[in-house]
Amino acid sequence: MSVSLVVVSHSEKIAEGVVELAAQMAPDVVLVAAGGAEDGAGPARIGTSFDRVQAALGQASGADGVVVLTDLGSAVMTAEMVLEFLEPEARASVRLAQAALVEGAVAAAVQAQGGGTLDEVVRAAERAVVSVRPEEFEPFVSHAAAVPGGGASTGAADAPGASAGPTVSGSWTLPNQMGLHARPAATLATGLTDLDAEVTVNGVDGKSVMLLMSLGLGQGRTVTVEASGPDAQAAVDFVGQAVRSGFGEPA
Amino acid sequence: MTMAEVLDTGWAVRWMHETARVVAENRALLIDLDRVIGDADHGENLDRGFSAVIAKLDAGEALATPAAVLKQVAMTLMSTVGGAAGPLYGTAFLRAAASLGDAGEIDAGAAAAMIRAARDGIVARGKAEVGDKTMVDAWTPATESAETAATAGATPPEVLAAAANAAHAGAVATEPLIARKGRASYLGERSAGHQDPGAVSTALILTAAAAAAGGEVA
Repeated sequence: MSVSLVVVSHSEKIAEGVVELAAQMAPDVVLVAAGGAEDGAGPARIGTSFDRVQAALGQASGADGVVVLTDLGSAVMTAEMVLEFLEPEARASVRLAQAALVEGAVAAAVQAQGGGTLDEVVRAAERAVVSVRPEEFEPFVSHAAAVPGGGASTGAADAPGASAGPTVSGSWTLPNQMGLHARPAATLATGLTDLDAEVTVNGVDGKSVMLLMSLGLGQGRTVTVEASGPDAQAAVDFVGQAVRSGFGEPA
Repeated sequence: MTMAEVLDTGWAVRWMHETARVVAENRALLIDLDRVIGDADHGENLDRGFSAVIAKLDAGEALATPAAVLKQVAMTLMSTVGGAAGPLYGTAFLRAAASLGDAGEIDAGAAAAMIRAARDGIVARGKAEVGDKTMVDAWTPATESAETAATAGATPPEVLAAAANAAHAGAVATEPLIARKGRASYLGERSAGHQDPGAVSTALILTAAAAAAGGEVA
């Protein structure tokens, strides 16, 4: 078992789409969509439904708890009301995350898939929005721009962080079958977070699970790390060791 | 419809019938107000919600107390409205019901306390303040006027009429405001120049409460 997620949106399509997206990276996590509102026998209309959210929560509830993610105003209020109607013991294992819906759901699902506790899953959701801070768009954009040219990352040398010390780098081929999927991405990001270094992996921030996963690197692809700062060498060594070992997964 | 000095279960049921009637009558107005500063669903959502409230009241067994009526209204609105008005009015009617307890009749003080409880529930749920251009701008003066009237010795219908008149004035006063809560807040300055649909529907609901009690509304 793992922590489950409920995705509440005004739109049935958004809720189902977010679940579909998150499920790709978290196949074992229970993800339940609660989008739209009933409209007689017809298709769901835009809105949020107390009954749908309540039913989704019932479906998702398990031993490890549930994290609820929402989109706009009334989705938040409806989810709050559903939580208020829970018995105290059930209420204790349900959290309402204050997070961007798509980013939060994906980050939470990955954390849940990796066996995260309820607190850890909530934190992953609420920190996920940090992964799209404007200043972090730049490496993401430069990566995207670099793809057709075959990895010609040019921006790094001009970055202010580069002056903090010599840049250490390394490249390895991904040996494991699954490549840099959710769990390895979480392993890298978590390991790098505590190091005092600016680290990019194929041009994106190595401390962001979301951005690492967005690289979509499969088996046989090259992982290139560049790091600067006091712990730069340690960061490169850490990534190198993790990649060479195939993250402990079958080759 | 008889004139009623006493606010009892029959009054609560009449209040809901009158609310459903005026909401249906003003459906287009609420939709238009919400179209310019929101998502154009307030009139449709409220009309659907209060129609469901009436269907439920008509189909079910007679309820014993005003609080039982208001609680059933709250649950029905939460399930059927869909927009922000669902949890907001749902909370308002739930809190109003809780403030009444088992009382079979509501005196002037209890009527004012009921409006206060509804208003406080909306503030707790929506986290809006006076001046944010929301229904709180109608509920807050309504609460204050109801309490003033009750303290001054008004009858229960007079308390409701005082609340309705103040809610109406409060709704009108939202016109120049810039929205700071809800979907309208995304519009910034463009939200000025129109009354807030939630404040307008609040005035309709409280006017219906007074009308159902035979209170004189300006």
